[in-house]
Amino acid sequence: MRRYVAGRLAQAVGVLWAAYTVSFFVLYYLPGDPVAAMFGGGADAATINPAQLDELRHRYGFDKPVIVQYFDYLGKALRGDFGNSVSSGRSVSSTLGHALPQTFALAGAALLLSVVLGGALAISASYTRRRWLRQALLSLPSLGASLPGFWVGLMLIELFSFRVEWFPAFGHGGLRGLVLPAVTLAVPGTALLAQILAKGLVAALDEPYVQTAQSKGASRWRIHLRHTLRNASLPALTVLGLIGGQLLANAVVVETVFAREGLGRITASAVSTQDIPLVQGVVVFGALVFVVLNLIIDLAYPLLDPRIIASPRAGRAIVGAGA
Amino acid sequence: MGAAAVTGVTPAVPEEERPLLRVRDLSVSYRAHGGEVRAVGGVDLDVRRGEVVALVGESGSGKSTTSHAIIRLLPDTGWIDAGTVHFGSRELTGLSERELRTVRGAEISLIPQDPGVCLNPVQRVGEQVAEVLRIHHLSTRRTVRADAIEILARAGFPDPATRARQYPHELSGGMRQRALIAIAIAAEPKLIIADEPTSALDVTVQRRILDHLQELTAQSGTAILLVTHDLGVAADRADRLVVMSQGRVVEAGPTREVLDDPRHAYTRRLLASAPSLHIAGARVSVAEVAAPVAEIPAQAAPVDEAVAAVTHLVKDFALPHTGGPQRAVRAVDDVSFTVRRGRTLALVGESGSGKSTSARLLLRLTEPSAGTIHFGGLDVTSLRGERLRQLRRRAQLIYQNPYASLDPRLSIGEVVSEPLRVFRVGDRAAQLARVRELLDRVALPSTVINRRPAELSGGQRQRVAIARALALRPELVVCDEPVSALDLSVQAQVLALLAELQNELGVAYLFISHDLAVVRQIAHEVAVMQAGRIVEQGGAEELFTNPTHEYTRELLAAIPGRGAGTTEGRVSGHAR
Repeated sequence: MRRYVAGRLAQAVGVLWAAYTVSFFVLYYLPGDPVAAMFGGGADAATINPAQLDELRHRYGFDKPVIVQYFDYLGKALRGDFGNSVSSGRSVSSTLGHALPQTFALAGAALLLSVVLGGALAISASYTRRRWLRQALLSLPSLGASLPGFWVGLMLIELFSFRVEWFPAFGHGGLRGLVLPAVTLAVPGTALLAQILAKGLVAALDEPYVQTAQSKGASRWRIHLRHTLRNASLPALTVLGLIGGQLLANAVVVETVFAREGLGRITASAVSTQDIPLVQGVVVFGALVFVVLNLIIDLAYPLLDPRIIASPRAGRAIVGAGA
Repeated sequence: MGAAAVTGVTPAVPEEERPLLRVRDLSVSYRAHGGEVRAVGGVDLDVRRGEVVALVGESGSGKSTTSHAIIRLLPDTGWIDAGTVHFGSRELTGLSERELRTVRGAEISLIPQDPGVCLNPVQRVGEQVAEVLRIHHLSTRRTVRADAIEILARAGFPDPATRARQYPHELSGGMRQRALIAIAIAAEPKLIIADEPTSALDVTVQRRILDHLQELTAQSGTAILLVTHDLGVAADRADRLVVMSQGRVVEAGPTREVLDDPRHAYTRRLLASAPSLHIAGARVSVAEVAAPVAEIPAQAAPVDEAVAAVTHLVKDFALPHTGGPQRAVRAVDDVSFTVRRGRTLALVGESGSGKSTSARLLLRLTEPSAGTIHFGGLDVTSLRGERLRQLRRRAQLIYQNPYASLDPRLSIGEVVSEPLRVFRVGDRAAQLARVRELLDRVALPSTVINRRPAELSGGQRQRVAIARALALRPELVVCDEPVSALDLSVQAQVLALLAELQNELGVAYLFISHDLAVVRQIAHEVAVMQAGRIVEQGGAEELFTNPTHEYTRELLAAIPGRGAGTTEGRVSGHAR
């Protein structure tokens, strides 16, 4: 088990390094002249003279060979220093750190909603014996998955902020301000989770061990809670890791629609102003969240299903052959 | 609860004379392919207190459906059309789901078919036994664990306190079946429905478990409805036999009477195709269709020409890390044998004895830890790459489960022609012609060529697997339990086909089986394996009539129904 954890950690570090390296070369090297890309572009180009550009190149180290630049930046990044934002001049790490609590509150609320709502939807679809009801419940997720996030957000604002005025439409009104954006952000994840979990639950109902449970005299409710749910939750858990990563991406839209401060808004503005250090900081941070989330999930598999053994060689948890 | 509704139906017979279970005119239908299929029609069945009744029939005969319909454990697509099921004073088909739950597990319990999949894989065994006690409030929260451990001990678990904390995958097949028995006896029910309770197990394990179950139920006066396809098992265990065919009861009566004087043609056919009941008649089908076994290969090559041989094979498997020093299991231990042209060598043993691993080593599907493998006189122990691939042409494999070994998305034509396409044998037209020839050989109509495996029966699928194995004209075919998933009468047909093909083509078989009755029908030579070693090896006739090793004798003695074929009655049963 210890070797398994060590292997997974090494892999996580590898993924982070790859994310850093790819983003470095794509952002700094591919544009040819990052200084011109950052400070030039369009009409502004005229306002900075060539001498100033040279001065900037020297300050950012762009006059050195690429490989030297890469290791310089990597060394700093390892100490948490991603440089300074070009547009605000503040350090990238403090900019991100400042925005983090807002986005984490939003994403955490959305993830919780996804699990609760998606789980409830899946269990009710699997629990009911009425075929029409099951079909109706099972068609909800695909509906939810097909709605664009910004449209859901605008509809919620229209309904709950303007018509009935239950929740604020914009900004940070504490918990109440969190409700509409969290719901908007939770819609795609809820849909995906409900779909996967419901499919697993319905399939698990046909498993022979369910018949064994029935023959013991177990009720349908007991069969769901004690038998099928845990067996069906593995694929759902895998999907949860993907949903967690998606939340950060979707936060860009949701935070923009609801005019909230946060990582998403920072990402959007950093990209539009070509703030390269900030963009890279966001990319690496996104990779970090993704890696940590999936590491937790990989470590959780054996707790859910004892047949999964931790194998360092396979690099990930594998299902034992049974006997 | 439902007593008021029931009293009117209850026949006015004194309690003690009324059978415990009284099924009358039971009919069950399934919804399938847009229509309705009647699986069971007009079945009558009685089980008296403390009695063992065997419900016998082939797959599709409706025996499992009947037994499940008693406690209404039918799949969503099935329902009871008509009939009554009286259990004690209650009529079960009219009970509500809630009332029925008080009967299931507490008064009638079920031992399901396949111990491999019938336990919840993510729940500890002890908890799965305890669940019965929890549901029916038979223990308190504090004592439930200890009670479950005691029940496991009664079901024959060694060290039950430790075993209770294990998960199903950590137990052997026999132990899992004992866990299912523990679940079934936990609430001390009046009736246990045992649906093929041991057909997935080795013969010796099967015998021990059935003995144990009978002992337990004899003590408590529990009745058993034993559902089985194995007439041997039924003959050994049951007081009365009920024979089913195509959803109907064709014959019922005391076991001895039915066996000695079967009235219905179907019962006679079933008796005739049960290999274990007339073990004395050696190599029935082979003797008939393949009598000149020695003559055909003689034209091409000497009879004793070795196709493949292994010498001093050893295979170790590393166990997963558990914190201590690295441990290994020796699955195959100094095994040597030779397979000869046109002959069949059977590897016999229980699961875990290393017979499948030996075959996989011979086929170079697994790397040996030590020893050598010769194929056609050539040392192939360390062949690699293209030369190894060419070796694959000469040795083919037929698997146990024809339901799993055929790709469900390919047509039968594609399944059979795949080896030809992989090795680029002939053009498309030639391949098609070869597929037709092969299907003809295995006695399948050429119309199956465009069908999917799901549309074929188990026997037909195994014929497809045989055709596929023969496509490249191999010298050796390894048959890994090729008939153990099939019904008895189909088993006999497939064995006859294998013998016939060997006769015509001179192909050698390495035949892996746990079933000595089957082995006796097809093998020329037999090697008995136990715990990775070959304990006895020799000509089939000699080994069966004159076993020298203790373990071989034990295996032979464990074949169900051995005593039933003779006229000596069993001791138990009739005395009651």
